[in-house]
Amino acid sequence: MQVTLADIKRGQQGIITDVSSIHIPLKLLEMGCLPGNLVELVQVAPFADPMYLNINGTHLAIRKETAIHILIDITNA
Amino acid sequence: MPKQINVALIGNPNTGKTSVFNALTGLNQKVGNYPGITVEKKEGVCKLPRGVKAHIIDLPGTYSLNASSLDENVVIELLLNKKDKDFPDVAVVVSDVENLKRNLLLYTQIKDLEIPTILAINMSDRMKYKGIKLDIPLLEKELKTKIALISTRKNKGIDQLKELILNFKELSILPCVNSSEIDTNYFDGLQKTFPNQLLYKLWLVITQDVNFGKTDRNEIDAINSFKTKGKADLKRLQQKETIKRYQFINNALKKGQTIDLKSAKDLRIKLDRILTHKVWGYLIFFVILLTIFQAIYDWSSVPMDFIDTVFASLSEWTKNSLPQGAFTNLIAEGIIPGLGGIVIFIPQIAFLFLFIAVLEESGYMSRVVFLMDRIMRRFGLSGKSIVPLISGTACAIPAIMATRNIESWKERLITILVTPFTTCSARLPVYLIIISLVIPKGRFIGLSYQALTLMLLYLIGFGAAIFSAWLLNKILKIKSKTFFVVEMPNYKLPLFKNVALTVIEKTKSFIFGAGKIILAISIVLWFLASYGPGDEFNNAEDIVNTEYGLQNLSADELQQKIASHKLEHSFIGIAGHAIEPAISPLGYDWKIGIALVSSFAAREVFVGTLATIYSVGNDEEETIKNRMAGEVNPITGGPLFNFASGISLLLFYAFAMQCMSTLAIVKRETNSWKWPMLQLTIMTAFAYVVALIAFQILK
Repeated sequence: MQVTLADIKRGQQGIITDVSSIHIPLKLLEMGCLPGNLVELVQVAPFADPMYLNINGTHLAIRKETAIHILIDITNA
Repeated sequence: MPKQINVALIGNPNTGKTSVFNALTGLNQKVGNYPGITVEKKEGVCKLPRGVKAHIIDLPGTYSLNASSLDENVVIELLLNKKDKDFPDVAVVVSDVENLKRNLLLYTQIKDLEIPTILAINMSDRMKYKGIKLDIPLLEKELKTKIALISTRKNKGIDQLKELILNFKELSILPCVNSSEIDTNYFDGLQKTFPNQLLYKLWLVITQDVNFGKTDRNEIDAINSFKTKGKADLKRLQQKETIKRYQFINNALKKGQTIDLKSAKDLRIKLDRILTHKVWGYLIFFVILLTIFQAIYDWSSVPMDFIDTVFASLSEWTKNSLPQGAFTNLIAEGIIPGLGGIVIFIPQIAFLFLFIAVLEESGYMSRVVFLMDRIMRRFGLSGKSIVPLISGTACAIPAIMATRNIESWKERLITILVTPFTTCSARLPVYLIIISLVIPKGRFIGLSYQALTLMLLYLIGFGAAIFSAWLLNKILKIKSKTFFVVEMPNYKLPLFKNVALTVIEKTKSFIFGAGKIILAISIVLWFLASYGPGDEFNNAEDIVNTEYGLQNLSADELQQKIASHKLEHSFIGIAGHAIEPAISPLGYDWKIGIALVSSFAAREVFVGTLATIYSVGNDEEETIKNRMAGEVNPITGGPLFNFASGISLLLFYAFAMQCMSTLAIVKRETNSWKWPMLQLTIMTAFAYVVALIAFQILK
């Protein structure tokens, strides 16, 4: 199922399929947010924003406004 | 071989780069600023074997050479400028063994600049715990360099690293990745135009928005013609480049690294389940804040009282043991109390930075940002701003210094500008005495009016800070990245050495940075209060003696009258008289005017100055209070300190920038007089207007 990263629930995992490189900072790409890499939602702050993710072994937090520009395939429901 | 080897320490944040720096240099380090900007420049000297010395520069942490902040610009500007005196003979890339893949991205970029590069893999003590095995010889071959496997925590591998630095000439300078493959035509064109230049260097110059003022001008101008590609195109190429680099890294690690996930233990998940929890997370953070607050407010009062006593007796001793005269007075009443006014802040600064260093080192600070981001971002503040804002309730000086770890300059500047609004402990003596004078003793649903007023003043201070942050966020046009990517590092036990060095370094930077200004202003204020023009000041003894000679006053009382008379006719007294027309609409007389002017040194001086003016011998609170209660307003004939003028004074102190030490530290932290002067003008003007309105309505 293809959704944006902003839609996944805590504990869910997915494979990044596409990133809108114009809308997201290069820094995020460099930290491993690239197509093909595994992503997992570790924790969310109140109102699901920001999101605490594990991307390709790197743990980081991004805002929802960034997450909507990352497409993923959910691998575990 | 050069006498001194220039070494640049480079690495991702949270890799223990600073620990490596501390391990290499020990106390042989100094912290300054890069010229013109507020980025910290850390450098030190390391003794290598065979009497060779290395000059080590600890560059700001960065994830790549694609800079997105001032800190990161520093790294790339140095690495691209061979003429810089700090240009490294050898670069040491510090990486975290648990996150080697991401850390190697930066490594490959630096390698591609053809600078000799040592890879220092830190935190090797965690390998067993995480089930990581490395084939070092194979990795050295794949990555085309020498690797030092180190652990700053266990003090392992540092000697090997020193040995590698010493023999840096033996390192290969072959690049890792051929980035020109991402767009062959484009790069071919580039190379033809600049046949003598390194392609990757040209590519960096094209893609970075960095000030290359120091590099060769002609070269840069010619390169501008290659910026023809649009921003989006460039970014797509950068993404391609990043993917390419990761391919290289994955390939190298596939051969040289094995991770047995079964034997890996993860403390992070368990801790984060509680520490970033929607309820527990906030509760725990609140308890931590309370502890910090308690430490700077309460625990530091013991050493502060001690410092106060020591400087008071030192001043007394100087006065008694040196020959009388202007010079002795300068030392005893100007310089020593001035120095005391600097030293007194050390306990608070040390305590706050002890906590902050522990929070940063342990990895908890990132969780704070995660928890607070949504709330703080509405006001243009960072999640990290909460620490300065809360500790500002004890003292604005350490609080403003604590803004250093806010990455975005705009968020940091706003935090610096609004922190002085929070109710610091120096306002407390002023608040307490005025509240007890003008607020009735009654109770409102069990709470005393006086306590409620005090609480209200705290809320007003915090509200003013938040509101002005919101306003500044709208007004300030500072180009600053708005995106938010925060790494959540692993939890680590803080290293004592790192914490101690942070505390020492912050304290030093306060003493030598802001201390000079504080000392200078206190000497000026002392001079203004101790000297005056004309006979009224110079013949104070005679005048007072004639006036009160027949009244049988005790020697002490006479001395107090003289001191009071002198203060009234000193330069500061004259200033107090001079501003009376301006402050009488606020309900103040010239005596309060003197106290206002002199309490610019520090707010709590207000009470002491009134004590001198009213010639009350000691600053015993009850005596001053009685004296203040008896003061008469020359215009109305009623009591000077009534409800209207009291509220007006409270509000004035709530908003006015009455603290030279804060201005000094703002000057130091923003590297310009512009911001403190703006703060002084706007806050004081705002305080004046609010106090004026309050008095005019209430009178």
